[in-house]
Amino acid sequence: MAARSRRNKTTEIFALGNEAVVEGALIAGGTFYAGYPITPSTEIAEEMSSRLPHLRGGVFIQMEDEIAGLGAVIGASLAGRKAMTATSGPGFSLMQEHIGYACITEVPLVLVNVMRAGPSTGMPTNPAQADVQQARWGTHGDHPIIVLSASDVQECLRLTVTAFNYAEKYRTPVILLLDEVTAHTREKISLPDPEDINIYSRLTPSMPPEWYMPYEDNMRGVAAMPPLGAGYRYHVTGLIHDDHGYPTSKPREVEHIMHRLFRKIDQFFYDIQIVDETQCEDAETCIIAYGCVARSAELAVQQARERGVRAGLLKLKTLFPFPRPAVEKMLRQCSSVVVPEMNMGQMSREIKRVNNGQSKILTLNRVDGQIITPGQILSKILKG
Amino acid sequence: MSNELHLDRFEVRLSGLGGQGILTLGRIMGQALALDPGYEVAQTQSYGPEARGGASRCDLVVSTGKISYPKTISLDLLVALSQEACNKYFGDLKSKGFLLVDTSLVSQTPTNIFWGLPFTTMAQKLGLVQTTNIVALGALTHFIPFMRATSVRKSLKEILPLKIVDINLKAFNAGLNRAKKEYPEAPEKWKFS
Repeated sequence: MAARSRRNKTTEIFALGNEAVVEGALIAGGTFYAGYPITPSTEIAEEMSSRLPHLRGGVFIQMEDEIAGLGAVIGASLAGRKAMTATSGPGFSLMQEHIGYACITEVPLVLVNVMRAGPSTGMPTNPAQADVQQARWGTHGDHPIIVLSASDVQECLRLTVTAFNYAEKYRTPVILLLDEVTAHTREKISLPDPEDINIYSRLTPSMPPEWYMPYEDNMRGVAAMPPLGAGYRYHVTGLIHDDHGYPTSKPREVEHIMHRLFRKIDQFFYDIQIVDETQCEDAETCIIAYGCVARSAELAVQQARERGVRAGLLKLKTLFPFPRPAVEKMLRQCSSVVVPEMNMGQMSREIKRVNNGQSKILTLNRVDGQIITPGQILSKILKG
Repeated sequence: MSNELHLDRFEVRLSGLGGQGILTLGRIMGQALALDPGYEVAQTQSYGPEARGGASRCDLVVSTGKISYPKTISLDLLVALSQEACNKYFGDLKSKGFLLVDTSLVSQTPTNIFWGLPFTTMAQKLGLVQTTNIVALGALTHFIPFMRATSVRKSLKEILPLKIVDINLKAFNAGLNRAKKEYPEAPEKWKFS
């Protein structure tokens, strides 16, 4: 457990990215964790196992595998808990089916994926950013999803809280992507006062149980959700269902639920966009990065400015729904855009998709299990 | 903070074998620098899949201002607790950087300008070879001028389990005193940018 020191009334701790995720989850009101430990996400499970049992109602379960882990999380969330799990690449692949289940049954949950290198077992202790498109499209069927990405330890805490808020607000699974570098960096962070933080919890129905319709449409597209066992009886299924929760294959009803699933995220698109702009106002070359690579890019921008190149950094914290407005603004403004990432071009593909020939897009890919260095980004900026 | 040194990316690498306690050493050191004098510290780690054996290293970047890139670029100080680590990482050292080795395990150094103390032998004399990393921590507290013994002791007590704190404090003092005795002028050799 990280030690605390009091300075200027805020508590500061020296913590790992993974430990910051736990702090964030507890601040957000998370009381349930189930999962299967896997490097490099193990510290999340470890810290949860020592913290949760001391909380009122806190439950930690180590399941037999990742499939069961996410299954337990879905169950806990249906019963009214704010629940989460954490995993890495191989476990994330196993969880895909249940992610789809959580999407269609609209179960709020937070899934942290600490990305490690390689397909399959790969390199357990080396970083990568190769699960980006899997986070978006890993589970089958058309579905909307929210994917966030943290690049430093303080952000791990903040974005975990945000992830819980989005999950509860939109009744959807939220995936938080970290990478081995972010998860295993220790830094000084300040723990926010829980009272200063906006915590959102799902709405529970106010009508009598016999009037309740579990998937009823409304302005927000998000129905109220009672904890199972509170007297509201309803049917949860992975089949396409009608407003009452029972299976349907009537084209009109199917179209209705699918459109509503997309609409509930789309109509709050601007609420879900989180990006950070660094020295972007007068930038001619922009780096678009996320995760630990954004920190390399920050130093590269500083070094480029020292050499008289007007560089800027757009850091994406929301990866999906793709922050198109912020990216398009930089594409219009800059003559070239550098996209460094530790995969073969999963995000640059999205950026090229919205580019429409406005700017020159330079990709910088590294897949050897090492972080992209500021020097590599700088030479890409200078040499083009 | 006015009485503190101004640092711009002071980079330290602690390296050795898995099981020597390199990561614990880095964590205690990082916490001592981050929480007490209030420097910004980014501590990253790299290790093989093995629990024991294999290469292990822990990098610290210490800075007065915010740290962007968390990994090291060129080292100011390399601590090598194994011959392999010393050979492998010596090239990452700055031209004015310093090398500190465990002379009981590193018999051939790439340069004859280095600081060396037999950490492992000292730990064995104390009766617990597992305290090697803390003996090294004691020595580091002498060699790094902005690291205070009081804050390191505090962080050591917070991080280590209670039942092994006493022996480790003993190891810490042994390392600190031995370094003071053998290299009294070492802390003045630094030139900070």
